[in-house]
Amino acid sequence: MSDVVMHVWRGDADGGQFEEYSVPKQDGEVVLDVIHRIQATEAPDLACRWNCKAGKCGSCSAEINGKPRLMCMTRIDTLPEGETITVTPMRAFPIIRDLVTDVSFNYEQARKVPAFNPPPRPEGGYRMSQADVERSQEFRQCIECFMCQDVCHVIRDHEENKSRYAGPRFFIRYAELEMHPLDTNDRRDLVREEMGLGMCNITKCCTEVCPEHIKITDNAIIPLKERVVDADYDPIAWLGRKIRRRTKRTAAEAKVQPD
Amino acid sequence: MSEIEHHDYDVIVIGAGGAGLRAAIEAKGRGLKVALVCKSLLGKAHTVMAEGGVAAAMGNVYAEDNWKVHFRDTMRGGKMLNHWRMAQLHAQESPDRVQELEAWGALFDRTKDGRILQRDFGGHRYARLAHVGDRTGLELIRTLQQRAVSMDIDVFMECKVVRLTTDDNGAVTGAVAYWRPTGEFVTFGAKSVVLATGGVGKSWKFTSNSWEGTGDGHAIAMWAGASLIDMECVQFHPTGMVWPLSVRGILVTEGVRGDGGVLRNSDGKRFMFDYVADMFRAETAESEDEADRWYDDHTAGRRPPELLPRDEVARSINTEVKAGRGSPHGGVFLDIASRRTAEDIRKRLPSMYHQFMELAGVDITREAMEVGPTCHYIMGGVQVDPDTAATSVPGLYAAGEVAGGMHGSNRLGGNSLSDLIVFGRRAGIAAADRVEELARQPKLNQAQVAEYIDEALAPLTRESGENPYDLQHELQELMQANVGIIRNETEVVEALEKLDELKERASNVAVGGGRAYNPGWNLATDLPSMLTVSTCTAQGARDRRESRGGQTREDFPKADPELGKVNFVQRQTAGKGFTSEIEITPEPLPVMPDELMAIFEEENK
Repeated sequence: MSDVVMHVWRGDADGGQFEEYSVPKQDGEVVLDVIHRIQATEAPDLACRWNCKAGKCGSCSAEINGKPRLMCMTRIDTLPEGETITVTPMRAFPIIRDLVTDVSFNYEQARKVPAFNPPPRPEGGYRMSQADVERSQEFRQCIECFMCQDVCHVIRDHEENKSRYAGPRFFIRYAELEMHPLDTNDRRDLVREEMGLGMCNITKCCTEVCPEHIKITDNAIIPLKERVVDADYDPIAWLGRKIRRRTKRTAAEAKVQPD
Repeated sequence: MSEIEHHDYDVIVIGAGGAGLRAAIEAKGRGLKVALVCKSLLGKAHTVMAEGGVAAAMGNVYAEDNWKVHFRDTMRGGKMLNHWRMAQLHAQESPDRVQELEAWGALFDRTKDGRILQRDFGGHRYARLAHVGDRTGLELIRTLQQRAVSMDIDVFMECKVVRLTTDDNGAVTGAVAYWRPTGEFVTFGAKSVVLATGGVGKSWKFTSNSWEGTGDGHAIAMWAGASLIDMECVQFHPTGMVWPLSVRGILVTEGVRGDGGVLRNSDGKRFMFDYVADMFRAETAESEDEADRWYDDHTAGRRPPELLPRDEVARSINTEVKAGRGSPHGGVFLDIASRRTAEDIRKRLPSMYHQFMELAGVDITREAMEVGPTCHYIMGGVQVDPDTAATSVPGLYAAGEVAGGMHGSNRLGGNSLSDLIVFGRRAGIAAADRVEELARQPKLNQAQVAEYIDEALAPLTRESGENPYDLQHELQELMQANVGIIRNETEVVEALEKLDELKERASNVAVGGGRAYNPGWNLATDLPSMLTVSTCTAQGARDRRESRGGQTREDFPKADPELGKVNFVQRQTAGKGFTSEIEITPEPLPVMPDELMAIFEEENK
């Protein structure tokens, strides 16, 4: 076992500093293993989130050498050998403690999404073709690690934009519902007017950090921008919307009511 | 002590995996005031780790399938130790629950004619698992999470429940918890409490479970007076990763085998043909040719032995490794590369491809995986009424992995996700019914509250003492070595003695730092649950002197028909909390009605 040197940011909302830890590592280990070793030996109160340790739950997001990564999926041997590894909390969210940030912004955005609303279920169940479900299935791979939100420059250094910008994670959620074969809600005006879709200038930073390799920009944001524009300016599309059963409903109206 | 944050609800649900979310949705749908309380962020519960699918006899791929066949498979898989009524309700209701998920936005993979596609899994006679590639658990939790959010259910995230409160009659009145981000305490008063806290696997060294799997629900239920059953029945999933060491135990979905993957030893031999138990011989293929025909057409051959129930496969792998025919890192080979095209593998098993590529540097479309058993699931749990999920404590319900009975001594793959939605819903209904019957909002006993808070804070107040990480590590080593996949009298008795020592030391845990997001303190408050459930498992492993499903005794290698008629039931007697005395007694299984018994008798003709 050789040693690895880590600079880990420690602190809280009032400020903090880097602490240096030099601990042994084993073959094949990931950054989260080393963080756990630091907890078990030198710093039992070092705060970090984690759950599955297999890249499936999206809990252990942090910035490793300045880049948003899942700590459980970042093998030490893929980082420059012999160099200090820097681990910091996600920058776009307020600090709770050490590597743990307050990600409630994302849960608030989730509450604003008008609910999925299918037509009544026909006898024998819904029928959908594989080709039709695949578009939305790509976006439903999202593990909510929120690294796309963290890296998005619209909010990364602009706290003031958070009140009018949903961010990439929720653009793929809106795209998923928009492309869902069964959904009947129309959220296009909402996405344009209140969720700040226009503020995204498609630099693809979100796509680059996505651990699920979802093509956020190409497959969700750009098609969503096109649909929103169509809805707004295309008179035929406008007429179609008026005639078809799609009805615009706000989040409050679309809330599921108790039976 | 300063004023403690307090909330009154009709129903609180502890745990926000599939069962908890489903229960909360049901209760909220009745117009009640409902809170979900969970240890992690919403959407991170262990349900996301479920890969292969959700079992439901919809008959979309094989029209011959129906609830009776599913019921039969489930009971046989559990070696008939299951509560027949739970297995019946589960088999009958899971198709509706899966359809319901679709109406809430879930997008399952499709058949050619546009219905929900179903895949093969161990122990299921027909292709029965509705799935989304190999990330079905994520689909299930996200669908339920989004439904819960759209219903405005209050969610208390990163909030750890340390104890349930009870009144003079023994009924539950609420819970004491703390916020992990701040370390501040919060109390809940509730007419009904639903436990949906999942499993116990974190007490073993090699496990597929996350840090959350510490048996909190099992323990707080027992401390509040509830009884547990069959805690010796622990499932070791046959295929966990074995290398690198850092990922040892991480799950490799049974879907690999369902989709054509086979197990080989170091000689390249498909060894599972050597391990077909009499109970399964009639329905298992005798040759590789016959097994391979089955994948395309289940009428052209019998099932491959790789798809026997998990307990059978896990024990066989263990035997091969012990006989010196293992892989370089102490597992066996799971080969899908030589059997399916690279494109097929990436399409049907995307997260397995990703997981092996990034964590082990293995391309599963070209090489075999190395796999071995990993602690995965506890079949035992809180004893419940099958129809209502009610425990023996009035007002307390339990659903999902924390509840016992449904899976007998061994769970079939795919039956967990369906268990969550079937019994989560039933717990929600029963919890809501009680709310409507109960006139007054329960009041918490403040002396209890103060006692439980002091108990939880104790590790922070000691100047010096035991390191919680060291204790957890020793517990995991002990359970792995002495109460693992193969057990014997000497080792489990020794484990019980050592557990007593660990409990004494756990009474003297000290952690530094403050209360705000302090993982050392959080672990110190998880240790009491871990020690209680580990004791229950070891006691059961000692007293069930036979081999059945998730209980394998090398000194009693056969199933004992007499023991097959009893549950081992555990209750707290003297004392309080994790140092209390636990009594274990065999109690007769509920008797299966004749019309269900006939399903098995027809087969034996």
